[in-house]
Amino acid sequence: MKPPRFEYRAPSDVEEVVGILTEVGDEGKVLAGGQSLVPSMNFRLARPGLLVDINGVKALDYIQRSGDRILIGTLTRHSCLENAAAVPGPLGRLLATAAHHVGHMPIRVRGTFGGSVAHADPAAEWCMVSVLLDAEIIAVGSRGRRTIPAEDFFRTVFTTALEPYELLSEVILPVLPDSARFGFVEFSRRAGDFAIVASSVVIDVGSNGIINPRVALAGVGGTPVRARSAEAVLAGSAPSAELFRAAADAAAGDVEPMGDIHGSSEYRRHLVRVLTRRALERAASEA
Amino acid sequence: MTLIGQSVRRLEDRPLLTGEGRYAGDINLPGQLHMRLVRSPVAHGRILDVDILEAVDLEGVVAVWTGADVSAIPPIDFRQEGLTDLYPYRQPILAQDVVRYVGEPVAVVFANDPYTAEDAAEAVFVDVDDLPLTLDATAAPGSFDGTHSTEAAVVRTTYGSVDESFTAADKIVSVEVTVGRHTGVPMETRGALATVEPSGSLVMYGAAKVPHYNRKAIAAMLGIDTDKVILREGHVGGGFGVRGELYPEDVLVCLAALRLRRSVKWIEDRKEHLVATNHSRDQHHRISAAVDPDGFITAIRDEFWVDQGAYIRTHAATVPNLTMAMLPGPYLFPSYETTGHIRLTNKTPAGTYRAPGRYEATFARERLLDAVAHELGESPIETRRRNFIPKDQMPFSRPIRALGTVIEYDSGDYAGILDRLLEHVDHDALAAELAHRRRGGEAVGLGIAFFVEKSGLGPYEGARIQVDTEGAVRVVTGAASVGQGVETTIAQICGDGLGIPHDRIAVVHGQTDAIDHGLGAFASRVTVMTGTATYLATQELEKKAKAVATHVLEVAPEDLRLVEGRVEVAGAPDRALTLGEIAARLEPLSASGMGLEPELAAESWFTTDHMTYPYGVHAAVVSVDKETGGVVIERFVVAYDVGRAVNPMLVEGQIVGGAAQGLGGALLEEFVYSQDGQPLATSFMDYLLPTATEMVAIDVLLLEDAPSPLNPLGVKGAGEGGTTAFGAAIAAAVDDALQKPRAIFRLPITPERLRQIIHGDYPEEGAAPCK
Repeated sequence: MKPPRFEYRAPSDVEEVVGILTEVGDEGKVLAGGQSLVPSMNFRLARPGLLVDINGVKALDYIQRSGDRILIGTLTRHSCLENAAAVPGPLGRLLATAAHHVGHMPIRVRGTFGGSVAHADPAAEWCMVSVLLDAEIIAVGSRGRRTIPAEDFFRTVFTTALEPYELLSEVILPVLPDSARFGFVEFSRRAGDFAIVASSVVIDVGSNGIINPRVALAGVGGTPVRARSAEAVLAGSAPSAELFRAAADAAAGDVEPMGDIHGSSEYRRHLVRVLTRRALERAASEA
Repeated sequence: MTLIGQSVRRLEDRPLLTGEGRYAGDINLPGQLHMRLVRSPVAHGRILDVDILEAVDLEGVVAVWTGADVSAIPPIDFRQEGLTDLYPYRQPILAQDVVRYVGEPVAVVFANDPYTAEDAAEAVFVDVDDLPLTLDATAAPGSFDGTHSTEAAVVRTTYGSVDESFTAADKIVSVEVTVGRHTGVPMETRGALATVEPSGSLVMYGAAKVPHYNRKAIAAMLGIDTDKVILREGHVGGGFGVRGELYPEDVLVCLAALRLRRSVKWIEDRKEHLVATNHSRDQHHRISAAVDPDGFITAIRDEFWVDQGAYIRTHAATVPNLTMAMLPGPYLFPSYETTGHIRLTNKTPAGTYRAPGRYEATFARERLLDAVAHELGESPIETRRRNFIPKDQMPFSRPIRALGTVIEYDSGDYAGILDRLLEHVDHDALAAELAHRRRGGEAVGLGIAFFVEKSGLGPYEGARIQVDTEGAVRVVTGAASVGQGVETTIAQICGDGLGIPHDRIAVVHGQTDAIDHGLGAFASRVTVMTGTATYLATQELEKKAKAVATHVLEVAPEDLRLVEGRVEVAGAPDRALTLGEIAARLEPLSASGMGLEPELAAESWFTTDHMTYPYGVHAAVVSVDKETGGVVIERFVVAYDVGRAVNPMLVEGQIVGGAAQGLGGALLEEFVYSQDGQPLATSFMDYLLPTATEMVAIDVLLLEDAPSPLNPLGVKGAGEGGTTAFGAAIAAAVDDALQKPRAIFRLPITPERLRQIIHGDYPEEGAAPCK
């Protein structure tokens, strides 16, 4: 478990990062927290010729509010988001809950938000949250900056819309209204493992029933997905146990999970049903 | 001074906590080479070609060997001699012509640094022509090598009149159960560093468990004199049965040191560990009980299959033999018959792992007892009580042999410990509370499983105690330490005997050049064997000290007392000599004047042909998430009688650590293989060890009600009883939580399987009543 030979550079600003990535093309790989990349290199599953260490680019480490949006710099450590007060309102609570599910404490202290999104593990919390909230993912390259909607960003397992010469610099999330409620439920064999299945929901209950329902799932395929049929079931209806069951059934119908040794396709679909119902119940009961 | 029975702090901890530990990876020698194995990528096939050309050309590579380079080295032998029928199944140190499991060593690279070695190993191309696979140990046997069957042996044990008992039975109850493939995964992976010293001796660092045997085996395999091989044990980060056995890598580093005249180091990485180090468990049992009209079990009939993996390693048939010998456990079972099939498959070879054969046999037997209780419509506790060996029948002998000894339980009060446990958990109140919660919709349950362990395997172990003129004491033993606290325990026994603090005593272990004989650390034997030898040596040393004092103080030996490290005159404690002063009087000239041998030293050997049999009960309270199939252990109690605990804190540590491994096998750990023989659990993402989060606080009820009559200290081994019945107790608790008898018949209980059981769409292979 020793990695193959690689070169290492540690630029200090974004321009320099992009310059190096442009220069080396496919050979380059950005090193942020390294919590997935370094083990992959030790297993020789990843073989970058050049590591571009961005830990010295302090300008990428921030959480900012800009109007009704929250900007999360790519180098933000998971542990920063465990503090619900880091981001206002229900979004802060949702992010804190999700953050707490990321690996174990040492991983959360070192691993980064942007690194996790760029790594695109289909069971990763931040990937699911990005899809759940229609995050905008900012990529910076030598040709400038572009915005990629989360659902277009994740292509398949460990594969994103990012070009080799681009740096994922920021993820933009919408501030949730104070009336929004969320539920975030995972099932894994051990605490800290990637979820076998995770389900997250955001609902807002108005006088005319649920508005803006969002349901996203992880661990059910190559990318995190939105359960659109479940959202359609929820929209405009008053919350009830029956409604949540119907929405959970719809979510299960929305997925065609891949099986592995921790859970078959059939079991994962079953978990989607159970966890989505529980996530909705949790959202409904959130104070 | 009474040191035995005190929870003194470990002598081992200071160097470990201050970063001064010397594990295999910490030892380095100038100019050392790094070894890296090339391992088979396929599960079974004929080797057509091993192309090493590219690897040899890499800068920094010193040598690359294939099977042809080591074809003169014999395969790795069994520790037990004379098992010639099993010889064809021994593993060569590098595959010769055929590979039999993914991970089998095919070639080996020696390079100047570990990175280059890994690059070079990756550059070796192994061309294999696939052969048909065997992955199911219960299927009809096939051919191992064209000459020998994949059924290497069928082992049998029987006593009493089994057929008659089954014919006469009022009820026959059967279960079919499986314990999955899992193993010991020490924090420290294996490692070895071999060097040839200027004296010409071959020295290997990184030894563990059985250094003396391995020295002899390495010498024999390499064709050199045993006295030219020295094995040195450093700190060992966990053994659990797997670490310290003789593996191909140990022999290869030694051979390379001899051939290349360089020091050669190998440190196993975790990915290798999970395919290269012994696997264990993986047994399938079909077991039946003949029950008479009074609900007494008159006979047991069992047939089982052991998935041995691709080769038979150093343990030979130890695990199946222990399975057979220990399956009857605490029950009378007047008649018993079992047949074990040792089957070769294309998986990593299997060996012993903490509670070998007992974890499996206890699961089979206790699941059967629960099924009998269900059949009789009574509490599982009643069924057990009725069948226990009564206290007044101790010592209790069965006509079964294991490890060269007759199974004779030395002491025990099985009904007594069950009562103690039930009282400890306030059983009736607990059962009522769980029933109440179940009525409220929760799936919670209690499971109890009994076990008898074995420990203190002989036939011998020795200790030599030396006191210097400053009064410092050194105990030299042939024991080995795998991290379990040998130094502390032996120092306590020695200190207790000599009346001196344990931290004035240094304990030497695991050094083959310090003492000629030693059998090592396995079978929960060190405290019993080395501890007793140490105790006997303190008595010898006391005699010699008194002989000196008799001369100097001119007092008869019977009027002398050894108190707090001084020999004093009874009734006149001011007239005394310290042990250091006595040692000074034993310099050669004055010793000769007293007609004594020089040096204040004594050596004793303890021999025995019987093991000791500790025993206990595990009790589990679990809650099941019926929707996901997840299991949470709410409470776990281990009641364990070890005869006498030299250091209760260390015993408790052994129990808790063992329980964590029992938990792993019950709920999490499993080596899964794909249909083409690829191991699918090759990292800690897929091989799920319990972590601090999954581990439940273990409530230990440590008992000393039945000291062993077989040694003067009354001690029995404490290493394995935390593990033994864990799976059986959890299974019973899950059954109870679901209110579904016979629900669990396979370990580990994965959420997906459990959910299938709950929803009734699991193939009912375990629940079939006997025809």
